Amino acid sequence: MLRDLDFRLGAGQFYFLTGPSGAGKTSLLKLLYLAQRPTRGRISLFGTELTDAPRDQLPDFRRRIGVVFQDFRLVRHLSAFDNVALPLRVADHAEADVEGPVREMLAWVGLADRASAKPPTLSGGEQQRVAIARAVIARPELLVADEPTGNVDAAMAKRILHLLTALNRLGTTVVVATHDLGLIAATPGSQLIRLENGNLVDPTGALRNPPASMVRA
Amino acid sequence: MMLDWLFASPADRRLLPGGRFAGATPWLIGIMMFVMMVVAATGLALAGGARLVREGVAHRYSIQIADGRSSEARAVAAARSVPGVTRAVAVPEAELRETLEQWLGPVAAGEGANLPLPALIDVELAPGANPDAVASAVKRVVPSAQFIADQARLAPMLGTLNALTAIAALIVLLIALATAAAVVLATRGALDTHRGTIDVLHGIGATDLQVTRLFQRKIALDALIGGTSGALVAAIVLLLVAGGSLGAVGDWTQGSLLRWSDLLLLAALPLLAAILATVVARSTVLAALRAQL
Repeated sequence: MLRDLDFRLGAGQFYFLTGPSGAGKTSLLKLLYLAQRPTRGRISLFGTELTDAPRDQLPDFRRRIGVVFQDFRLVRHLSAFDNVALPLRVADHAEADVEGPVREMLAWVGLADRASAKPPTLSGGEQQRVAIARAVIARPELLVADEPTGNVDAAMAKRILHLLTALNRLGTTVVVATHDLGLIAATPGSQLIRLENGNLVDPTGALRNPPASMVRA
Repeated sequence: MMLDWLFASPADRRLLPGGRFAGATPWLIGIMMFVMMVVAATGLALAGGARLVREGVAHRYSIQIADGRSSEARAVAAARSVPGVTRAVAVPEAELRETLEQWLGPVAAGEGANLPLPALIDVELAPGANPDAVASAVKRVVPSAQFIADQARLAPMLGTLNALTAIAALIVLLIALATAAAVVLATRGALDTHRGTIDVLHGIGATDLQVTRLFQRKIALDALIGGTSGALVAAIVLLLVAGGSLGAVGDWTQGSLLRWSDLLLLAALPLLAAILATVVARSTVLAALRAQL
């Protein structure tokens, strides 16, 4: 359960969300990717108050958010290619505009030769890379990732982090929930959101009142 | 195009796996359609039979004179004198006795038999002619004559045929409702089966309509294929089992029990069932999705 959280994410910033298990990281991420509404309080995304927004308005906002789930949530009966292509197809991109970017993204995460493989035949690490490719394929404005390097080796973790920072440099706001302190240390310029027992640890008030230049809306 | 959703891309088709006739839905709808076709065809044939009988006797009347043949000729002449009477013929006594013999045996047979018979005159009127004028004219010359519309005589049988037709229509309606209920259950089952896929699609920004189209297309095709198959089997069974007897009844009533419009209605039933199933599936999916965020 989250209590009395009050913070703003700066546009184009890179955040790590940390805290012990049960601190409320996943609940906070769910609020961010609009899978849940707050029982009280307010939430705004992309300058729009969404706390009580009609549900038919939410898909447009969700298309601007990429999500890497901790349990991947790949569609088991679809190939890696089709899983990665889903956000583009949902956004009604022409099929001719899907093939190239998806192949490129699969190559980037090292799965070019596994494009037709279905999730049950992929290792945990491979599934995680497919999930990451699906989250970033549509160049989201906000990327939310729950332990994105939890199932990959150090080299792939570095590569994934590189992908996330590259996306961040293109203007995407990134929020990564992680226990991996090495990952945080390897990302200079990132900011830390720490949760404990559902409360935000923000002794300096920087998260509540970030510099004006960082705040969108 | 309104029917774009029916022609999904290969990528969309892959989202909900399962080939045709993979689940119970097409079979269920096929069986429902088979029963619906048989009942509907029976109901339409009954309605057709009643129509033919009604049309056949619409302008036909009988004059009965209980006290014998002596006044028969005067009654015939009186009837013929009324404008609009196209035919007024006394039924020969021999013919009456021959008819009665089938029911009463030899006691009714032969000229001069002991059983007294009324005189019977068949009357046919032109459309629009006034039967009351005929009755009045006949009663003026033969006060004991009874003027009876054949339709009134057949009213109990026509009433029974109409009641059976109404029962058939009710059964068709009940089968349609049962089909709708089966589609609701099948759709809910499909939603549960594909819950993970739906969650992923919603999570990446799919609208309710995008998700709904996947399910309504699947149900529509299942219903169309199942319904058409059931209807074809029903048509074959009806032709094999009842074709001969329907033809015989048609010959007897001098007309066809099923008109072209009836046959078109029967042929349209699978399409109507598919439309019903699609509408029901769409509402079920939309209602289920609206319960989520």
